[in-house]
Amino acid sequence: MQALTDRAVPVDRRPLNFWEKMYLPGIFRGMAITLKHIFRKKATINYPEEKRAFSPVFRGLQILNRDEEGRERCTACGLCAVACPAEAITMEAAERKPGEEHLYREEKYAAKYEINMLRCIFCGFCEEACPKDAIYLTETFAPSSFEREHFIYGKEDLLIPLPGEETKNPQA
Amino acid sequence: MILQIGTYLLVEKFILISIVLAISLLVAMYSTYAERKVAAVIQDRRGPNRAGPFGILQPLADGAKLFFKEEIIPSHSTRFLFILGPSLAMLTACMTGAVIPWGDSLHLGGHVVPLQVADVNIGILFIFGVVSLGVYGIMIGAWASNNKFSLLGGIRAASQIISYELAMGLSLIALLMLTGSLSLNDIVRQQHGFWKNGYFTWNFFRQPIGFLIFLVCAFAECNRTPFDLAECENELVNGYHTEYSSMKLGFYLFAEYVNMFISSAVMATLFFGGFNFPFMDHLGLSANWITILGVVALFVKTGFFIFLFMWVRWTIPRFRYDQLMKLGWKMLIPLALLNMVVTGGAALFFNH
Repeated sequence: MQALTDRAVPVDRRPLNFWEKMYLPGIFRGMAITLKHIFRKKATINYPEEKRAFSPVFRGLQILNRDEEGRERCTACGLCAVACPAEAITMEAAERKPGEEHLYREEKYAAKYEINMLRCIFCGFCEEACPKDAIYLTETFAPSSFEREHFIYGKEDLLIPLPGEETKNPQA
Repeated sequence: MILQIGTYLLVEKFILISIVLAISLLVAMYSTYAERKVAAVIQDRRGPNRAGPFGILQPLADGAKLFFKEEIIPSHSTRFLFILGPSLAMLTACMTGAVIPWGDSLHLGGHVVPLQVADVNIGILFIFGVVSLGVYGIMIGAWASNNKFSLLGGIRAASQIISYELAMGLSLIALLMLTGSLSLNDIVRQQHGFWKNGYFTWNFFRQPIGFLIFLVCAFAECNRTPFDLAECENELVNGYHTEYSSMKLGFYLFAEYVNMFISSAVMATLFFGGFNFPFMDHLGLSANWITILGVVALFVKTGFFIFLFMWVRWTIPRFRYDQLMKLGWKMLIPLALLNMVVTGGAALFFNH
């Protein structure tokens, strides 16, 4: 039979010689190896106290951005929802009323904007699709929860807070 | 005939028994923690560190968890024997501690309190007898489960312990030729100090091969890796305790750790001088202090052997069944016999 790779090593099926049959040399060698491992650096990170640094290209939880004047950038064009391969994004558009110019940047805005974090695969296509620079992926991730409903993030969870304003959901 | 036992002696022994039992259970409890910790550090992990500082409350959490689990007695099992199995395993595990001399005598206000529950003149035989009873706990539990995997595990445990007890006994005969006594107290006293007449006093340095055989057999007797074929997960689900749950399972697992502690203590006593430690006569301390330091020394030695048990467990894989039998019958027993003959010859040669 032709070998599939050049890394295949034939199994040594020779009977054990006297030295190997005593088992003890092999056991001592093994014990020396495990003893060395006792003094090695531990691979585990004590998670809640100590956090692993993310890579610079890490794609985490989405936020909805505001412009320089604190107005929402999103115009509910729906391109992010179209781009989303997991179909995690839903939105409802609404028209900006007179007097709301300080809240919304364009004439149209998202009245409802939801991302289902259980569906989201954090691919970042929404960020790429957005023509208004409204949605960004941050370097945090969705905190765990016992309820499925908690993973449907609404606008109040996603929208970046205004300076001096507290978020409703501190983790979002 | 009325036995002339003073109330004082009765109280003294009762307190001593309680302390020995409590310490064996405590050590066994913390062995489970130590086992997980040792496994973790050997595998570059951290191990339990959430329950209390450094996770030292972990054994309590484990115990509480086992207590609150549902107690299942399979409907097709033999109910009485099913309960008897783990009880017997636990009972025999705790009985062995009685003959081990945990320390020299304490002098308390005119009374001499020997730190040994019972100085029987056949201490080693007692340990042997009780340890071989331990396998009945496994066998009875395994048979009563009415489960093929349990039964296979029980059969394995029984045949393994029978095979290795022979080699263990033979290795000890060589030791007994040198000590001339079966009493553990005598054996420890003969190993007084560390260095006398130009040679070590500890039996390990007279009987290294005997110790090696005894150590290997102790692993087998305790059903520890590499000889834990009785509970080999990948072949027998969980071996003899497959059908057990809740604290009955806990007793089986716990008995293993108590056994481990006791056999470590026996090894320290027989081969590593028990409560003797180097320079014990040159410290200039009072006899009571030497006794207390001796107890500490014994526990340090025991602790080392417990660590050795764990170290080996997390290093080498399980033996195959035929390898186990070959090692027992074709290597350890001949080696033990040879050791016996050589020791006998040497003893005759040096005495004449």
